[in-house]
Amino acid sequence: MSLSIVIEFIINVLSMGSLYALIALGLVIVYGICKLINFAYGEYITAAAYLLVFCAGLSLPWWVAFVLAILGGALIGFLSELIAYRPFRGRSLDALLVTSFGISIILQRVFQVFISPRPKAVNLPAFMSATISLFGITTPLRNIIVIITTAVLLLVLLYIMQKTPLGIAMRAAAENFTTARLMGVNANLVISTAFIISGFLAGFVCLFWVARTGSVEPTLGASPLLIGFIAVVVGGMNSLPGAVVGGYLYALVANVLSLALPTSLLSYRDAIMFVIVICFLVLKPEGLIRGNYQEERVG
Amino acid sequence: MAKNRIKNNHGISSKLSTPIMLSVILVLVGYFIWWLNIPFVQDIYTSAAITLVMVLGFQIFNGNSGILSWSYVGFVGIGAFSSAIFSMTPQMKSMQMPEMYPFLVNIHVPFVVALILGAIVAAIIAAVVAWPMMKISDDAGAITQFALLIVIHVILAQWSKVTNGPRTFTLGGQTLTTIWVAMISGVVVLFIAYFFKESSLGLKLRATRDDRYAACSSGIDMVKTRYLSYIFSAAIGGFAGGLYSHYILSINASAFYMTLLFNLLSMAVIGGKMSVSGAFFGTILLTLARQGLRQIEPVLTNMGVNASGSTEIIVAVLMIVFLVFRANGIMDRYELSPSSLKSLFSRKKKAEKKSA
Repeated sequence: MSLSIVIEFIINVLSMGSLYALIALGLVIVYGICKLINFAYGEYITAAAYLLVFCAGLSLPWWVAFVLAILGGALIGFLSELIAYRPFRGRSLDALLVTSFGISIILQRVFQVFISPRPKAVNLPAFMSATISLFGITTPLRNIIVIITTAVLLLVLLYIMQKTPLGIAMRAAAENFTTARLMGVNANLVISTAFIISGFLAGFVCLFWVARTGSVEPTLGASPLLIGFIAVVVGGMNSLPGAVVGGYLYALVANVLSLALPTSLLSYRDAIMFVIVICFLVLKPEGLIRGNYQEERVG
Repeated sequence: MAKNRIKNNHGISSKLSTPIMLSVILVLVGYFIWWLNIPFVQDIYTSAAITLVMVLGFQIFNGNSGILSWSYVGFVGIGAFSSAIFSMTPQMKSMQMPEMYPFLVNIHVPFVVALILGAIVAAIIAAVVAWPMMKISDDAGAITQFALLIVIHVILAQWSKVTNGPRTFTLGGQTLTTIWVAMISGVVVLFIAYFFKESSLGLKLRATRDDRYAACSSGIDMVKTRYLSYIFSAAIGGFAGGLYSHYILSINASAFYMTLLFNLLSMAVIGGKMSVSGAFFGTILLTLARQGLRQIEPVLTNMGVNASGSTEIIVAVLMIVFLVFRANGIMDRYELSPSSLKSLFSRKKKAEKKSA
């Protein structure tokens, strides 16, 4: 195996992994605090992508469109919590789960009815589809952009979570919500912030996801959601670093499987990934990085 | 012994009254619709009865265990494909699915046997995969179930030599699931679901739902209880899948995925998933609502509004409204029976007296 193939493989894993890490972070930041598996997260990504299409229709400069899409993602995250999830706070996990599934269906159908059931093309600036030569190999420039963007975002998030009072309050709420509230942490503020960060990350994810697919359709959010699930379970359902590790690990396994599997089995890749997920849940339910895992199993 | 137990339960009539009352409704309505002889209405009834079987199978595990069993629709799909493979003639199979394994092409059994074999295949697959998954509860349990559904879906959608892969699987021939087959299946499964709930296994399962730790410390083997019930639920699901495939006549793996799950879930949640009567009324109510809304959709489309899909929005909103205001559905944990009706009326009278 020549060096260039190795470098190409590494860049592929790192760029895919960065994207998947962002997806997983958006899911886990809400799960950690609310214990809500947010099925509607995929629809945040779709909504941000539609906003991108809308901005392109207004022929705004690309950076305005990007900023609006990201802010739009954050806004829909905030609104969905306020309207749909707040009435269910403190209710059974089952009710929350069914609700989030219902919200996901509603948003999907809303896109279908009010926008279009067919895919819409997205016009992205030229640099998102340009390629560059690096260490003797040619790779899309966006692969490099996503790696750098993710690194910056992770550092910013790390700073917020470690140093700011809000971040510390959020980590306390994820550890033990009741005690955090007794210490004067504002529940509404913390939960809203979690959803806003989740939507914000969804906005970033949408930029790079759409750059790969080139179009938006109502069911766009389904695949990133599934990837997020896998990464979150593998990395650890209750830990932010775990989600990042899970994202990169998923990219590694998916790339290795793509190379190693014979073409006849390649279409079963998702099935294999989810068998791995089931094995993880059964054998190592706390994931690779153990958060404040509250074990709920008997037998 | 057995006699004593029946006596303690206020006589055999009250024990049977719920499934009998529900069956009488199902049969009378079915007979009336058959007598009306309007194909469109008969189709609605038949598909409603098949959906009822699906919802009852869903209720058996989901309602009594409190675990959201996403994977259930996967087993409906397994039953649908396998019973279709069993019942189709070899000529038809080699014509429609040239890629199919030869040993599968040569199988041919009567319709009813194929339905039961479909249920058995679903049960066997459930039995093979489910044991370790039954240990996991709550969120982790829900994700495990979800993951299993995706695994089943990918296999159904890709295994060209069995399910015709991503292409449509056409059964050919005539509709074997007639209005009578659907009605009788509905009645039989109503009794099965009710007796399961009242059986010792069902009682144990409900105990693990209501308080996991108390149930375990009372000597209930939770994993075994869940495991057996899950297999049973998968078998009913497989049976329902067989009814569905022999009614709709051309199936595709995507028919047994999120949309179907959402349909079943909305019926169970709105009707009340903890009771068999709830599953029954949820199915009837949602079928009527969906049919009504579906009549409005084309009208809106004609007016220039693209409305396909708006039915799902309304149903989902309705489901969430129910979850907020009446989380346990219309029936909660009550069953339809003479005594529950009586107490309902007397409660109303008391309330009237009080207000007066």
